Amino acid sequence: MENGSDIQGQQQHPISLYFKVWGLLFVLSGLSYAVDYMQVQGELRWTLIIIFMFLKAGLIVAVFMHMVWERIAFVLAILLPPLCILVLIALMSIEADYTYFNRLFFFND
Amino acid sequence: MGNFAPAKTTRTEVLIEDWASDKDAFKNVSWGKAMMWIFLLSDTFIFSCFLVGYMSVRMTTAEIWPNSSEVFALTIMGEHIPLILIAIMTFVLITSSGTMAMAVNCGYRNQRKQAAILMLVTAGFGLCFVGMQAFEWSKLIEEGVRPWGNPMGAPQFGAIFFMVTGFHGFHVSIGVIYLIIVAFKVLRGDYEERGYEIVEITGLYWHFVDLVWVFIFAFFYLW
Repeated sequence: MENGSDIQGQQQHPISLYFKVWGLLFVLSGLSYAVDYMQVQGELRWTLIIIFMFLKAGLIVAVFMHMVWERIAFVLAILLPPLCILVLIALMSIEADYTYFNRLFFFND
Repeated sequence: MGNFAPAKTTRTEVLIEDWASDKDAFKNVSWGKAMMWIFLLSDTFIFSCFLVGYMSVRMTTAEIWPNSSEVFALTIMGEHIPLILIAIMTFVLITSSGTMAMAVNCGYRNQRKQAAILMLVTAGFGLCFVGMQAFEWSKLIEEGVRPWGNPMGAPQFGAIFFMVTGFHGFHVSIGVIYLIIVAFKVLRGDYEERGYEIVEITGLYWHFVDLVWVFIFAFFYLW
């Protein structure tokens, strides 16, 4: 039908696409392992790890879990709520700084 | 790929129409699939809480965090390779995701035998993953890593390691059982009339387990 699947909402896509994504996931995993193997450190390390992580996660959700072919109402209902976690991350990291400085201040001999 | 809506309506119009409609908002999505996704959404929050907890612990500890690259190194044939066990586990899990995707594809082509075999292969890779995790756990326990302390540095390392990888490993184990059950039902022909969407739903769970590993690999093992 309109979203590239048939009447029952079946997800049928060319097998070659799956193979391409599969290969890409292998390459990306290899690259993230290479980051550790080559001992890349500091900000470059964190940036590369995050980039490879999001690319892998995106490919899995989009193609293997068929999110690109679902209707927008469903996609938003599933993918928007996890954004709340960003608030939790922000709050916890603010609190973490405060705890860390207290520990340094009181527990260091 | 992007041909969601008929040419005349925009995506936003389709979205509003779906959500404003009677009975159900998720058109073209069966209840089984919608419920699996909602379960996975709740699971996302559980794993996120674990990882955010890990973030807080790692940011607040005044002691040195153990170097995971060295902790998970193995000596294979006289060569000392950093983090190799985790790399192999990652590749095993990705391979299993690929065979799962193939199983879904075969299911929708009504090739039930191939679908069932591919699901069993996926379960086999899952077992392999859990086996390596058991090896990793026993190795670390032998080296003195405990949830309350370890010889390498910050005591919270053990707590986070056992909790996060344990919970993930539990998910993989449940996934293996789930896959085997569905594979046998597929093989027996239980879904001949209803169709093979069940393979896709099982696949969603399996891909999610792989997805969680992507985040654990990045934040716990590589950071």
